[in-house]
Amino acid sequence: MSSQTHELGFARKYIFSLDHKVIGIQYGVTSLAFVFLGLMLMLLMRWQIANPGEAVPLVGGLMESVMGDPASEGKISADLYNMFGAMHGTIMIFLGVVPLVFGAFGNYLVPLQVGAPDMAFPKLNMFSYHLYLWGGLVMLASFLVPGGPAQAGWTSYPPLTTIIPTDGQTYWIIAMVIIITSSLLGSINIITTVIQLRAPGLTWGRLPFFVWTEFVTAFLLLLSFPPLESGAILQLVDRMFGASFFMPHDLVVSGAPLTDISGGGSPLLWQHLFWFLGHPEVYVLVLAPMGIVTEVIANNTRKPIWGYRAMVGSVLAIGFLSMVVWAHHMFMTGMGSNISMFFQTTTTIISIPSVIIMTCLLLSLWGGSIRFTLPMLFAITFLPMFGIGGLTGIPMAFNSTDTVLHDSYYIIGHFHYLVAPGTLFAVFAGIYYWFPKATGRHMNKALGHVHYWGSLVCMNLIFFPMLAQGLAGMGRRMSDGGYNYSLANPSNEGVVGALSATIMGLNVVIAWSVLALALFQLPFIFNFFYSIFAGQKVESDNPWLATTLEWQTPTPPPHGNFVGEVVVHRGAYDYSLAYKAQRSSPTPEWDDEVDEPLDFEPQNQPPSDADAIGTAVAGS
Amino acid sequence: MSHANSAIPYTTEIREDTGLYNGKLGMWLFLASEVMLFGALFSAYVFLRLGAREGEWPHGLLNIPIGTFNTLVLITSSLTVALSWTSLKLGDFQRYRRLQYVTLGCAVAFLAIKSFEYNDKFNHYEVWLNEPFASQDHPLLAGQAVDADAPIPSIIGHIEGIGPFQTVETLKEAGATAVTIHPDKYHYRLSAWQQAERNLKEASTRAGATSADAEDHAELSIDLSRVARLSPLAPRHSTYFASYFTLTGLHALHVIGGILAFAYLLWPGARMWREDPERYTNRIEVTGLFWHFIDLLWIFLFPILYLL
Repeated sequence: MSSQTHELGFARKYIFSLDHKVIGIQYGVTSLAFVFLGLMLMLLMRWQIANPGEAVPLVGGLMESVMGDPASEGKISADLYNMFGAMHGTIMIFLGVVPLVFGAFGNYLVPLQVGAPDMAFPKLNMFSYHLYLWGGLVMLASFLVPGGPAQAGWTSYPPLTTIIPTDGQTYWIIAMVIIITSSLLGSINIITTVIQLRAPGLTWGRLPFFVWTEFVTAFLLLLSFPPLESGAILQLVDRMFGASFFMPHDLVVSGAPLTDISGGGSPLLWQHLFWFLGHPEVYVLVLAPMGIVTEVIANNTRKPIWGYRAMVGSVLAIGFLSMVVWAHHMFMTGMGSNISMFFQTTTTIISIPSVIIMTCLLLSLWGGSIRFTLPMLFAITFLPMFGIGGLTGIPMAFNSTDTVLHDSYYIIGHFHYLVAPGTLFAVFAGIYYWFPKATGRHMNKALGHVHYWGSLVCMNLIFFPMLAQGLAGMGRRMSDGGYNYSLANPSNEGVVGALSATIMGLNVVIAWSVLALALFQLPFIFNFFYSIFAGQKVESDNPWLATTLEWQTPTPPPHGNFVGEVVVHRGAYDYSLAYKAQRSSPTPEWDDEVDEPLDFEPQNQPPSDADAIGTAVAGS
Repeated sequence: MSHANSAIPYTTEIREDTGLYNGKLGMWLFLASEVMLFGALFSAYVFLRLGAREGEWPHGLLNIPIGTFNTLVLITSSLTVALSWTSLKLGDFQRYRRLQYVTLGCAVAFLAIKSFEYNDKFNHYEVWLNEPFASQDHPLLAGQAVDADAPIPSIIGHIEGIGPFQTVETLKEAGATAVTIHPDKYHYRLSAWQQAERNLKEASTRAGATSADAEDHAELSIDLSRVARLSPLAPRHSTYFASYFTLTGLHALHVIGGILAFAYLLWPGARMWREDPERYTNRIEVTGLFWHFIDLLWIFLFPILYLL
């Protein structure tokens, strides 16, 4: 079984590995660490918002010694708040979730699910991970430079970014260029793997939906990241060589006109370049999670996915449309109502394929014998959470309503519903689902339930109040959480200009919920590492009784993945095969403790006489 | 060594339904991303140029004959790359090698010419005055009625004795009180200067002097207190030069990348020709695709930066 005739050393096996599974795990562990770091930054920020002007307990001294001036007296100054905000966004999106859903899951699963021995370009794959790691380290190093890291938001709008004198922004740009290059290499690899390395018989219509989502994600990264790279290069030229790509004429900074720039640039240009990536990026964050959820739901309802073809069509439509909606992030810039009209139309249209996918997933539950396994709990929760995120986004699609809501906490609540209880829950579903394949052991169920319920309650306690705060008029960029603003008109509580005590009180609720959310991740972290060594061993290579190819390998899959040649004979979701269920002993309850009827056919199972019967039964 | 299963299919042989081997598809995808990268930069160029104020976008400051020559150099290299690939297909490694020497020679020549152009730009300054030039400022302007509707706010030329990348502040810090500028006849941007130059030449020809004499006299000392801003023809000169240096700089980086790839394949990587000639030929084809892209890119860059 072993594919190695000699053992590789530690470095070749775990650090400079060419095996897509090891690289996937490297991506996964690194990006989860970044996600946790992003959460920690947010914990500090939310504590500051709940207690404006007070020193941070426990870590205040540490913060001051690392960050220096912006953290004097252990307080989070407005500058430091801006830095943490910028880095929270950057870390979560570019170093956390994208590498997690694309680098980790894409790398580990796509070659397995298409029946390939590895990615098409293993060395490029290794290089891609190392670029990502180094980009991340450069980004982290910016915390240590004098003056601190980037502080102009994760969107880095010039001319603010260009006139900030500290070096943090330059680190940000350089790190971004490295990370983008890494993503580009990764996406070339995934696309080539899917197109070239599909096993014989694995036609496009038989691909698991997860592969489709990764395929479209790869195209989004391939085509939309380069314009941001261009933008980053232009911003670098602005900052380092004094050019004026984003610096308009007659710019006045702190009351003094800037004399030694040529001017003639346009801040809007950056916003176009940034959001040309930025919006497809949103779909990079959610498409692969949709794919994960689809796999888990099909497996745990024991049913074929309802409307597979409609879903594939929708994901392709989303991929295309996501390239033409970017300026709905820019309704507030005054770019003109004609342009706004175009983009609000395309934005409204893109909700259609998204709703088709969600509807298909919802209908897939109908009449299924649902097993509420741990991954299924997370996957099924994805649907309403993503639903809230999506529906609260509709007002943002329209120019008129967006103008009111855009700079409020409402939009923070909206997009966090998509990426936190949405994307991250799907990611957790994926981790609990594929953990047995990667390690040969199950994760602990009790700890998993603590993690699930705790995260679910806390995430909603964090993000739902934000929607209310935003509608009440709380701005999204205030480092004191609206404290001074709420005092602005104290005699007329509840009138425009003041925030009521209830709305302000929600800041405290959110702060405690963030702390609780962080604590509820500890069982997961413990479970993750504990189960690698001491989890319950799987009895077979296919513990969930799944159809897709990754379960038809040894556990964990060796280098080279499959034993013998893989030939695919059927679609990805051949569940609910009545003829098979009838032949095996019927069991009344779909409890995973009990032996289940073999109601499915793996994709590489050659057709037999029973298939003819199956067709007859299905057609009757 | 790996198990037989871990050999990745279609590294060399062609997959039937796509008609491609992996490397070729990977390169096409990479080129697609490159198109988006440069597409964004070209869009930025269009965006900035359309938004530029009247008379703000410089014209005629680049050397068109040199640019044309460089275009020919790059096209030649593309041709030799294509021929060298054909040679490998025919199994003629020696011919391939000779052709690739020409490719590398052309590539290096392109960079050398480009760096000459860059250096020329870095050593020319544009000086903007607080008040427009008056007729007594310069012999070229003597007798010219300076038109109030078309004031001459700036002058471009070579400044003796200071290096590149100076600003008014750095000059003042260095203790300078004035700059001496030699207006460059290629760089008289504004028509008033061109007209003045023509007048002077006619006058001096009548007086029996050569035009070279006229240029020798074309030297102008400007007090720093009159200078609003001064900048070499570098990225901070204008969004035009910022675009020029970013686009051609990025293009030059690609040329360097191509040189490294071809040089690797020509020397240390050539072992593969003996072991797996088909794969080696594929590598040249894929690298050649990249090289043709670089060539194509320049064919877009040349007109938009030099001619338009």
